[in-house]
Amino acid sequence: MKFGVVVFPGSNCDLDAYHLVKDVLGEPVDYIWHQEENVSGFDCLILPGGFSYGDYLRCGAIARFSPVMKSVVAFARSGGLVIGICNGFQVLQEAGLLPGALYRNLSLQFRCYFTYLKVENRQTPFTSGLEVGRLLKIPIAHGEGNYYADADTLRRMEANGQIVFRYATADGEVTDTANPNGSLTNIAGVCNEMKNVLGMMPHPERAGEAALGSQDGRLIFESILKNWEGAR
Amino acid sequence: MWKAEIKVLLKKSVLDPQGQAVEKALSSLGYGNVQDVRIGKYLEVSFAAGSHKEAEDQVREMSERLLTNPVIEDYTFELVEV
Repeated sequence: MKFGVVVFPGSNCDLDAYHLVKDVLGEPVDYIWHQEENVSGFDCLILPGGFSYGDYLRCGAIARFSPVMKSVVAFARSGGLVIGICNGFQVLQEAGLLPGALYRNLSLQFRCYFTYLKVENRQTPFTSGLEVGRLLKIPIAHGEGNYYADADTLRRMEANGQIVFRYATADGEVTDTANPNGSLTNIAGVCNEMKNVLGMMPHPERAGEAALGSQDGRLIFESILKNWEGAR
Repeated sequence: MWKAEIKVLLKKSVLDPQGQAVEKALSSLGYGNVQDVRIGKYLEVSFAAGSHKEAEDQVREMSERLLTNPVIEDYTFELVEV
């Protein structure tokens, strides 16, 4: 399964994502520069974290108009697998591939620590290998991860099973104290209606090896691989 | 030439954590009468356009495509011929 890591000026988790795919999962992977206009030959695209275009204007607002994004959008609309992590999530929202918006953390602080994510839905290629309610220990690192969508959108997402991860305590309780950024209903990750595009603020690529303090991030990628092999 | 003076604010339904922090700071300075603070962006865009109508349409288009995120932000603008 061929992965592509999209690199914008200001991306800074691209190497981590590349390392996870190549060295930990042992799958083929290439970088895709933001000026590239062709993403054919890839099976899964990763939009990594960072500060694309310096976060000028709004996080992801300018990156979303990079030449590569036209083909990323077309790839996603035709059912291709896309994961946006942190800033990549913000870019996917700005591009209209995922519902809602991410803005300033309620605390106004940059939050950088391990969180527990509760798997809310396993009807996605990213979580089909996990059980609902399973906790994943994965770190966050962001100042603008406060998830917002209007009430109608939230209701629709809930009904369609588009809420994939919620922040929880180590015991699996979805509470205000487990919410690092003010996200509505503790949302940490969502997918589109077709379930082939995932956006999440926490960094699974930073939790793929024991040396990093958690290997839970790997489970998301292993789920993708398993799903891919099953579909072939 | 036209100059658009565009103000962008978070929608009323969206909490403004920056505004709340400033509101608290003002009240600790003794401005107990402050009820609400909202923080936004102010943009000045200078551009050429054939008519007022054309300029107005273009500001709307720019605002909706790039300058604002309609999911969380509202905007207003004024156009000045310069």
